[in-house]
Amino acid sequence: MKAINKNVSLGLKNKNESLSLNSISPTANLVLNVIFTVYCIACMAPLLLILMVSITDQTSLVLNGYSFFPSKINFDTYRYLFSDIEKLLRAYGVTIFTCVVGTFFCVLFTMLYAYPISRKSFKYRNFFSFFMFFTMLFQGGLVPWYILYTKYLHLQNNIFAMIMPAVMNAFYVLIAKTFFTINLPDSVLEAARIDGASEFKIFYKIVIPMSTPVIATIALFSFLGYWNDWYLCLLFINDPKYFNLQYSMYQALLSLQFLTSSLAQVSPGVASELANVPGETLRMAMAIIGVGPIIFAYPFFQRYFIKGLTIGAVKG
Amino acid sequence: MTTNASTTPDVKITLDKTAAPKKKHFWQKSGFVKELVKNKAMFLMLLFPFILVFVNYYLPMFGVVIAFKNFNYVDGFLSSPWSGLQNFKFLFMSDTAWQITRNTILYNLVFIVLGLVFAVLFALALNELRSKFKAKLYQSIIFLPYFLSWVVVAYLVLAFLDPNGFFNKTIVNLFNLQTVDWYASPDYWPFILVAVNLWKNIGYGIVIYIAGIAGIDQEYYEAAILDGASKLQQIRYITIPFLVPFMIVTSLISLGNIFRSDFGLFYQIPMQQGLLAPTTEVLDTYIYKALIMSGDLGMSSAAGLYQSVVGFFTVLTANWVVGKISKENKIF
Repeated sequence: MKAINKNVSLGLKNKNESLSLNSISPTANLVLNVIFTVYCIACMAPLLLILMVSITDQTSLVLNGYSFFPSKINFDTYRYLFSDIEKLLRAYGVTIFTCVVGTFFCVLFTMLYAYPISRKSFKYRNFFSFFMFFTMLFQGGLVPWYILYTKYLHLQNNIFAMIMPAVMNAFYVLIAKTFFTINLPDSVLEAARIDGASEFKIFYKIVIPMSTPVIATIALFSFLGYWNDWYLCLLFINDPKYFNLQYSMYQALLSLQFLTSSLAQVSPGVASELANVPGETLRMAMAIIGVGPIIFAYPFFQRYFIKGLTIGAVKG
Repeated sequence: MTTNASTTPDVKITLDKTAAPKKKHFWQKSGFVKELVKNKAMFLMLLFPFILVFVNYYLPMFGVVIAFKNFNYVDGFLSSPWSGLQNFKFLFMSDTAWQITRNTILYNLVFIVLGLVFAVLFALALNELRSKFKAKLYQSIIFLPYFLSWVVVAYLVLAFLDPNGFFNKTIVNLFNLQTVDWYASPDYWPFILVAVNLWKNIGYGIVIYIAGIAGIDQEYYEAAILDGASKLQQIRYITIPFLVPFMIVTSLISLGNIFRSDFGLFYQIPMQQGLLAPTTEVLDTYIYKALIMSGDLGMSSAAGLYQSVVGFFTVLTANWVVGKISKENKIF
């Protein structure tokens, strides 16, 4: 009881002080730290495992299986993989193209759609809101959509088939609309209107600069969506020219043929050496090359992502 | 003075109303056309996104009629012959319809319950850690798997479960266990898929609940300390009651989507092993496989429409219940 009273008297003087005195006991703190450390290892270990497998020597792999501590390390796999660098670069190129173009249009169109439906002066805002948000309720499903894209729009083996479907998303429009409604008072826009600015000028000079947080959030969501996409490639692309990074990784996962056949074509000399390259390490090396950029960029973008999520979380 | 001020504008308005129709041009008669002229910039902004939404989401909605047709690519949407309810008859007479519905619903229920419990527990624990730096670090690491694609996660799972993988070569030796051919044993997969899904998505839930906890006014805790409440009592009587509306709303939204599943999880992680189908096949993977692999448009489109229609009603119901609990979280 005395201790509590002490806390309180300190707490009233200084808020931070009271909070630190109100923290959990050192034992509880230690237990929680141990639990979190173990769980964090469980989050990182699988990535470390595929990295180790990719640099394990073939004989060691056959003997001991996949291990965090390979008895012999060998970087041959990466040498083989890089001898066919063109294919990897191509996949990277396709992915980067879809990411950049897709994210640009996603942000632009989301803003262009969300701004009018957030304005009270726009009479048909309810109709257009409903038009967008109804897509969250009901969808035609995969089959009619697939037939539309392949038979009527002829988008099979077209790079835009990997971009178009993800440009407009009701969830992003909802986030942007909520942001505009709260943070974009009509009075500011009205002042610009009185000064004779056109609607597009207002959009470009006032709306866009004022909404950088929501633009950053949607751009991050969208970029990551395009980067991690393999589904659209699986559906619409069968020409290896347009395989993106994730889909190439998926192909490598399914069949080592995908990797080895092209290597043999590049240089016949490699083919005979291929017998020495275990497919499994080659496969894991492919995964490392695919996942590397995300891991390196992660520490930089995750803060913004968390911030963005909390913008969105304010409303559902 | 006051009466004058309030009556004169009224007179003016009535005068305007009677005078207006004589001057009106034809485009002023229709409210829509008038609005189009007045707000043409707004309509121009909406134009391209609107067309895109129409093509991408609305055209396929009309396309659901093919579930009632004997569709072939040559005749297309309009001229393929009608087949009535035959596609649905075939679908629901087979065991698959029951199996994939059961799998979809059960997996989603487990994901919702466990996802909620673990996200709240982790968020509460992270919030109580003494070192804020460590809490941030743990949160970042736990969030990492959320950013990996399902293809990458399939690699990670394979590295553990492969016949040559970490489990069968290392763990088996360490604990003297039997080797398991995971990709041929369907009974284990409900546990594997639940674990993998939790592992990947838990970070997202934690962020939501940490934001919820941060929104609680500190004064409640200060008052509780005054009354001599212990840490656990504070969590039990302040933090959790504040998070309950959050929990209800997120769970209801997920319940609304109970008929839709994450295609990547169920397609990539079992690596399309036929033997695993009884415990890993869900509506989305079935529809995909029927369409692309067996080319069975009838079954595929019937299953698709079944999913869309039932899903429509579950989302609508969930949204209605959310509206009853907290109006601002209602989407429609």
